[in-house]
Amino acid sequence: MSLDAATVRRIASLARIRLEEEEVGRMQAELNGILGWIEQLQEVDTEGVEPMAGGAPAGQPAMRMREDEVTDGSIADAVLANAPDRANDYFAVPKVVE
Amino acid sequence: MRPTDLTLKGALDALNAGETTSVALTEAFLEAIARLNPRLNAFVTVTAEKALEAAKASDARRAAGQAGPLEGAPIAIKDLFCTAGVQTTAGSRILGGFVPPYESTVTANLLRDGAVFLGKVNMDEFAMGSSNTTSASGPVENPWSRANNPDTRLVPGGSSGGSAAAVAARLALGATATDTGGSIRQPAAFCGIAGIKPTYGRCSRFGIVAFASSLDQAGPVARTVEDCAILLKSMAGFDPKDATSADVPVPDFAAACGRSVKGLRIGVPKEYRLDGLAPEIGALWEQGLQWLRDQGAETVEISLPHTKYALPTYYIVAPAEASSNLARYDGVRFGLRKTEASSDLRDLYERTRAAGFGQEVRRRIMIGTYVLSAGYYDAYYLKAQKVRALIRRDFEQAWGKVDAIVTPATPTAAFGMDERQDDPVTMYLNDVFTVTANLAGLPGLAVPAGLDPQGLPLGLQVIGKPFDEETCFSVGAALERAANFTALPGIRA
Repeated sequence: MSLDAATVRRIASLARIRLEEEEVGRMQAELNGILGWIEQLQEVDTEGVEPMAGGAPAGQPAMRMREDEVTDGSIADAVLANAPDRANDYFAVPKVVE
Repeated sequence: MRPTDLTLKGALDALNAGETTSVALTEAFLEAIARLNPRLNAFVTVTAEKALEAAKASDARRAAGQAGPLEGAPIAIKDLFCTAGVQTTAGSRILGGFVPPYESTVTANLLRDGAVFLGKVNMDEFAMGSSNTTSASGPVENPWSRANNPDTRLVPGGSSGGSAAAVAARLALGATATDTGGSIRQPAAFCGIAGIKPTYGRCSRFGIVAFASSLDQAGPVARTVEDCAILLKSMAGFDPKDATSADVPVPDFAAACGRSVKGLRIGVPKEYRLDGLAPEIGALWEQGLQWLRDQGAETVEISLPHTKYALPTYYIVAPAEASSNLARYDGVRFGLRKTEASSDLRDLYERTRAAGFGQEVRRRIMIGTYVLSAGYYDAYYLKAQKVRALIRRDFEQAWGKVDAIVTPATPTAAFGMDERQDDPVTMYLNDVFTVTANLAGLPGLAVPAGLDPQGLPLGLQVIGKPFDEETCFSVGAALERAANFTALPGIRA
């Protein structure tokens, strides 16, 4: 299966990456090269195979639950220290609602 | 012996014997960095003042009888580990100027044990790459060069290219690194040093900038197998801040380096004998197996039938996880923000991400977004997760017959900076021998074992059972002893 230009634009939009019109062709060719290569997975018989989620080796639990408790807080200045723009204790962004 | 020529173990012994001080070692490495880094570009941030202060404090602790296991040892930190108060960029423009307010668990563990940080080392952007040419801070040069063509600048491998180049050139005693598909083992092999990716869950991922969370693992690179064992002991351990951190005891890895391989069964996967495998790689592999037989191990041919599907599986799973993880770079909370006067919020996101991410990262986010999108999820992502389960099962079945597996670390020696840059898939093939251990969650150790006809280092890989890094270290140390790898790179302190 091969991606057309409209699909490439749609993926870029879903990924929130601005794609200039002159970049579409090259991106399309690269993505199709990669997708064509990974297509070979379709030949593997995976009937009845449970998909592997997480990265733990066999026999290990994938995830552990922690206690549901507050472990920190009241560190607004640390949280905001790297913000490109802030207003008081908030992250500031361009106006969203008129 | 010059201080920069010491191994980590040698430096710790010298410190313990009172023959040197952390300040003296740190000054020697800082001098070497100042001299060689302008060419190698291995360090992106050198924290000279902080390092000297830390070295003085370390010498004071030692004098007070409070020396930790790594007390006073100067090392380098991959720029993927958050370091409190020190810029952490993950090799990306989008994190330019980002100063973490907290310390990653792995680096906190190293500081707890007395290590001195010289600075942050270069890497492929967001750890995506096999050549360290995708960094926003520019490429790293491999300190080795071809005997017949010394002017061709070679890549150090990636993504931990800065870590490997710094250690090989003797700009640090060791370094932290991370490995998602081969990013510790491939650069270690390209630079003629050792490196281990431990079992998934062995080192906490807390505070490491995430690429593909089910594959990412931290580990050390160093000049000897034993040095890697010493560093891993400090880096590893259970951490409640990482839900995938394994609550298992951390053994004395260094002790395992001295253990005999007599009686061990070493698996040789027939599927790794690729068509067109370079003859020098095949010969080195056979030599390595002979060295182990000479020391009393038995070699056994095994089959890992789904090996050929490992890379395509990886290039679905890793980009899918990356597209989710990298959604956080939105220009709002930290890092770069790019807007025009007329920008709304969506335009801010799109401009920030287009300007902040490099080409390879954009490409992988796009692939990941596509394979997770409605209508394609089952055909790509779910399919890949099932094939991944089969790859893990292949190894499970092999462990019934063998104690460890030995393979080449890479399909070739280091290549030129201008080579293999045109086609993404050609670059991806670098990880053909390493990526299976990430998919199955297993430990993999790379050890320098020989030279190619151009005098470039080649490595072997030891893959172990889950949480059996000790056998990796025993087998790796046995290979290291037999190989007696003493060649040195042309550029070094």
